[in-house]
Amino acid sequence: MMAVLALVAVWPLARTIWFGFTDASLTAPGDYGLVGFANYLEAYDGAWYGILADPTWWRALANTLIFAAASVTLETVLGIAMALVLNADFPGRGWVRAAVLVPWAIPTVVSAKMWAWMLHDQFGIVNAGLMALGVIDRPVAWLADATTALPAVILVDVWKTTPFVALLMLAALQTVPRDCYEAARVDGIPAWKVFVFITLPLIRPALAVAMVFRLLDALRVFDLVYVMTGNAEATMTLSVHARQQLVQFQDMGYGSAASTLLFLVVGLVTILWLAVLRPDRSAAGGRHGGAGA
Amino acid sequence: MTRRTPLAAIGLGLSVVLLLLWSLFPLYYAVLTSMESGSGIFRIRWWPEAIDLGNYRALFATGAFGRSILNSVLVAVLVVTASAVLGLTAAHALGRIRFRGRRLILLAVLAVSMFPQVAVLSGMFTLIRGLGLYNSLWGLALAYLLFTLPFTVWVLTTFIRELPVEIEEAAIMDGAGPFTILTRIFLPLMWPAIVTTGLIAFIIAWNEFLFALTFTLTDDMRTVPVAIALLTGGSQHELPWGMIMAASVTVTLPLVALVLVFQRRLVAGLTAGAVKG
Repeated sequence: MMAVLALVAVWPLARTIWFGFTDASLTAPGDYGLVGFANYLEAYDGAWYGILADPTWWRALANTLIFAAASVTLETVLGIAMALVLNADFPGRGWVRAAVLVPWAIPTVVSAKMWAWMLHDQFGIVNAGLMALGVIDRPVAWLADATTALPAVILVDVWKTTPFVALLMLAALQTVPRDCYEAARVDGIPAWKVFVFITLPLIRPALAVAMVFRLLDALRVFDLVYVMTGNAEATMTLSVHARQQLVQFQDMGYGSAASTLLFLVVGLVTILWLAVLRPDRSAAGGRHGGAGA
Repeated sequence: MTRRTPLAAIGLGLSVVLLLLWSLFPLYYAVLTSMESGSGIFRIRWWPEAIDLGNYRALFATGAFGRSILNSVLVAVLVVTASAVLGLTAAHALGRIRFRGRRLILLAVLAVSMFPQVAVLSGMFTLIRGLGLYNSLWGLALAYLLFTLPFTVWVLTTFIRELPVEIEEAAIMDGAGPFTILTRIFLPLMWPAIVTTGLIAFIIAWNEFLFALTFTLTDDMRTVPVAIALLTGGSQHELPWGMIMAASVTVTLPLVALVLVFQRRLVAGLTAGAVKG
């Protein structure tokens, strides 16, 4: 197992980092020379070259961070709300729980296509619905307009992944002892206070784990963005940017350097996130301790 | 939770309806669109008026899409089998045998599941080219182990740890060898966990896009997500939305059916994999 894992994970990663220091091309990957850090940053004739001097890359970094922050925040809030509804007792609860999982089960490419069709500027049902309600007075080109494209992609990501967060939150909610709620009801404490002071602290460790998982996924998002808006700069994320260099422009050295940077960004954000979380986790109590990644 | 005021009941009912609409409407609308024909597709409709399967017939007429489905099934089966076999043996070692660096290996396995896909793309590309697996289903299956293996090992290791050691000790006392223990004792006990992880591995392999897009070259090696993303009609200017939706519905319905049938198992597997991880 370790051998296979080394073969499919460690070795390719090492190769990618190595290629980042070369001028290899995808058409002839065996034929390359070492260029040091030139792919990252290089001064030549008084001007700066390389990824770190490329405004497209910085744009992609900003898009990625906005995408990750917005989508993880929305998913968390909606996921908790969804879990609270699903945790209530009502007839047909099992079916509703299964139905809520449907967006998660739909392949990303399919949900991207489905939403691209619903958001179509001329024939899309979203425009038709919003116009019927009088929210907008003429169709909006959601995916073509630079200001609405990123929010639209975020919306679809939220739609697709909220069930996952809701599922983890539901599992956490079910571990909250019932007598806590009963005691609160006897004391006549309002529902929102119960949520903030009892429920939230108890599900916090599980929430932290769910958020780390989603954060990692959001930072490396590729297929959703690529299928919905292609290589458009308004929505380009770091993964899309790296693949464009690598495959479309066949520039393996530059693309590998971009991939390595993405790896570093993901690692950095994760470490920062875990560092922020750590004091909370130990405070949250030993019973739920060790739930962290 | 037992007593509820009428107002609260209405609120709950409304949120449930809203939740169902939010979750199911896009799929419903895709099914609706897939059954529209000709120019009918460009009129907005909320209810089906006629059921026309022309898009589905057109989709399967050339055989290319059928081939993609077959490819996806083959790759997914390969991935599930390989990750189950490798994951089971690894989980047995990690869950039962004490040795130095066990924690380190588990952490390394977890770290791998955090790799951004693109970060291994160029390295994986040369690996697959080097092994002569470019544009082949074997290459894709190998690449997918990157996602499925860490996850499988984690869940199965957790599961094995929860099984009582006494069963194994009794078997050893009775003179059973390691192979017998694995096949006659562990396999039957671990069946639920294997089904769950296998199912999730299947879904991962079925949905994967980036590697499938990059490591295949010709139509006959494409998997369904790539086939859908690259589906174009006779004209360059207008996408065949009816056919795209027909294709989307075709690849989604089996998954939705699987998820509905195995809902409980899946929830258990996902929460075990994520929360205990």
